[in-house]
Amino acid sequence: MAAIAFAVNGRAVAVTADEETPLLDVLRNHLDLKGARFGCGLEQCGCCMVLIDGKAELSCAKPIWAVAGKSVVTVEGLGTPAQPHPLQQAFIEEQAGQCGYCLSGILVAAKALLDRNPDPSRADIVQALDRNLCRCGTHIRIIRAIARAAVLMRETS
Amino acid sequence: MTAVELPEGLRDNPYLDRWAGFEMSGRVRVATGKVELGQGVLTAVLQMAADELDVSPERIDLQSGDTDTTPDEGLTAGSQSIEYGGKALRMACAEIRLLFLEQAAALLGCAVDMLSVNDGVILYRGEATAHSYWTLVPAIDLAVAATGRAPVKPRDRRRLIGRSVRRVDLAGKVFGQPVFIHDLTLDGMRHARILRQPRPGTTIASIDEARIRRLAKGGAVEIVRHGNFVAVIGDDETTVERVAGSAGELVTWGNLEPVAEFQQEARWLLQRPTLEKKIGAAGSAVAAPGRRRVEATYSRAYIAHASMAPSCGLAHYRDGHLTVWSHSQGVFMLRNVIARLLKLDPAMVTVRHVQGPGCYGHNGADDAAADAAVVAFLMPGTPIRVRWRRDEEFAFEPVSPAMVSTMRAVLDEHGRPVDWTAEIWSGTHSRRPGKAGTLLAAEAFPDPPPPISAERMMEAAMGGVTRNATPLYDIPAKRVDLHLIPETPVRTSSLRGLGSVSNIFAIECFIDELAGQAGADPVAYRLSLLSDVRARRVIERAAAMSGWNADAEAGAGLGRGIAFCRYKNTAAYAAVVAEVEVAEEVRLTRVWCAVDGGLIVNPDGALNQLEGGIVQATSWALKEQVRFGGLGISSRDWQSYPILRFDEVPEVFVELVEPDTDNPPLGVGEAAGAPTVAAIGNAVSHALGTRIRDLPLTRERVMALLLADEA
Repeated sequence: MAAIAFAVNGRAVAVTADEETPLLDVLRNHLDLKGARFGCGLEQCGCCMVLIDGKAELSCAKPIWAVAGKSVVTVEGLGTPAQPHPLQQAFIEEQAGQCGYCLSGILVAAKALLDRNPDPSRADIVQALDRNLCRCGTHIRIIRAIARAAVLMRETS
Repeated sequence: MTAVELPEGLRDNPYLDRWAGFEMSGRVRVATGKVELGQGVLTAVLQMAADELDVSPERIDLQSGDTDTTPDEGLTAGSQSIEYGGKALRMACAEIRLLFLEQAAALLGCAVDMLSVNDGVILYRGEATAHSYWTLVPAIDLAVAATGRAPVKPRDRRRLIGRSVRRVDLAGKVFGQPVFIHDLTLDGMRHARILRQPRPGTTIASIDEARIRRLAKGGAVEIVRHGNFVAVIGDDETTVERVAGSAGELVTWGNLEPVAEFQQEARWLLQRPTLEKKIGAAGSAVAAPGRRRVEATYSRAYIAHASMAPSCGLAHYRDGHLTVWSHSQGVFMLRNVIARLLKLDPAMVTVRHVQGPGCYGHNGADDAAADAAVVAFLMPGTPIRVRWRRDEEFAFEPVSPAMVSTMRAVLDEHGRPVDWTAEIWSGTHSRRPGKAGTLLAAEAFPDPPPPISAERMMEAAMGGVTRNATPLYDIPAKRVDLHLIPETPVRTSSLRGLGSVSNIFAIECFIDELAGQAGADPVAYRLSLLSDVRARRVIERAAAMSGWNADAEAGAGLGRGIAFCRYKNTAAYAAVVAEVEVAEEVRLTRVWCAVDGGLIVNPDGALNQLEGGIVQATSWALKEQVRFGGLGISSRDWQSYPILRFDEVPEVFVELVEPDTDNPPLGVGEAAGAPTVAAIGNAVSHALGTRIRDLPLTRERVMALLLADEA
């Protein structure tokens, strides 16, 4: 057991845990941040996606030692109902969700995309979501919502 | 006054106070037995209750799927929540509103029709009075049985019904709030994983409990066992998950009957013992001059629910009372089967619904809840959370059965069917616990439940297997010849659309083949066989939306196909046109869909369901087949069970035909799937100039066909 220090949603944390503990378990069970979801534990579905130093990464099999000193952002760090991120606003405006279980990871993947490409094409969006699955078939609305968020962000920047 | 026939939900739950109440000033309690499965039903329930009570939806505190507090409306299934559940809820709310208006009229000495309600306040000739739901409630007894005497709001008085209100549950999901059952934590909660009995009837030959405990390394786990039910429990989820993941080899099972890979193919069912049932026209068609017989056989593979998360359940047994949290489709049914399993009085068991990942039918939710209940019962006082592992979900959720359908028609001199027989081979789609199925935990108990009798199996299976087996087309004689296979290699049960997906694939592909033989355009041929006006309208509309070209050349690698289905022959009408490109594999490019679902409570919600159904059905048609091998299902991850990905999703255009109507609502949640699968089948046939009759339409099948053509 070692105390591993990193930042989550802009806040410094130190977690005492077996250093092989998956980041997802640390977020959900040690830090009580339930936004990143458990989908498979196999790095195959994208539900657990978070930003690590700005890059969208799967957290379900990433050992906690690998994020020491890094900055982690979960879906909770994107925005709040009072101050939604343009992506969250656009997902609500487009009603881009059914069960919503996949959305946390998809929002994070989309955030990483828009941060590096403020004007993505449909192909860019689809490419950015190639590690994310959705079973309810909300893909069409999700793609539309991300395109809308890009417009919102360009308008406000 | 003439007696009104109450819908089932009100007959089963007649007391009005079970549906709504006004306990807190300015607040309205509305209770529904229907539960949120990802389909958006709670938003529609709010719209309906707010309209019938004349209150703003913000005032409503909605309770859903709780055996202690909500009406028992059976399962949330079969696209029935709006069509039937909505009817009961609207009638109950309308009657509650009327009781308050009558009380106010008595106090004010006026006629009821002078009064109305605005956001809970009683108005006299449009002016506010001193009375409201909350001032009058002490004088009104809502614990009275519904009579159905209050009419629901007509079209011109609806404010929210028929409007695209935003979903009430979506914001929580977009902001990552702890809305799912997986996020629920109870004080003192411990985590459990099941070392699962591989198949019913298998027994533990040996278990090395000491070595299992040592797998916890620095941590600690306990083992509880009851017969062949074994669980690992600990405080730290990471440890428990790791131990359960590696403990499999420390338990050996006896009485194992391996499953072979070839058993995964639908046509393997043709060799199995069957239970027989015949429905519809008597006898078989007699040949006559000028008449011709045609026949073709179609099949569909086993399909998984493959929800985004594995099932989860929580339970707490304390002071003789068991409380269970579950994402089940039927909390009352689940309460009863758990009570029976643990020999508890059902009054001492509460089941509460909490949202889970998208639910498309009988998945692992009930089993995971029962797992938690059993562990909690064996460890009184300790709240227990069971979350299945991903491989466990794929391996143990009930899957949708493979089906084989032979279509036989006798054609008249114009090539139109005058006699139609659907011969179907299928496992059951209906194995819910308490009906014709059991809980996995129950199978592992020392006294497992007795096998389901053939009669019960057939009775439960009929509705699902024969769903849409009889075509809606105008054909003088129609019959279904059912061969139910009571024993399939793996457990099967209901998944979105049930038998309709395979049945409509067979019917609608066969209709296309008949059209081809008659030299007719598929759209024109269908219309020539359909007198149902609403059916004709959705077909014409979908064809128009797609710019249907009757003369499009076949075999050019590009194709379009149409299919039609009225779900269950009683719910919503849907027609779908699919456009594909076929090179070595099938790529779906565009889909057009027209739906008549009668009155649509929330048009955008319906569109969301229909779009989702189309995308999910595309995945079924092109990619999905559960694989067998070893101990049962061998496709246990997303690589061996791939589903449609973002780069494979077509453009989708859906139109609701006359959604703001006085026609009653018809269930739409499952309406688009079956015709989408069939339309893709027809489009692929059009693109190839020859037909693949077995699903899924994989690269392997396309290549086999292309190579056979070259040979």
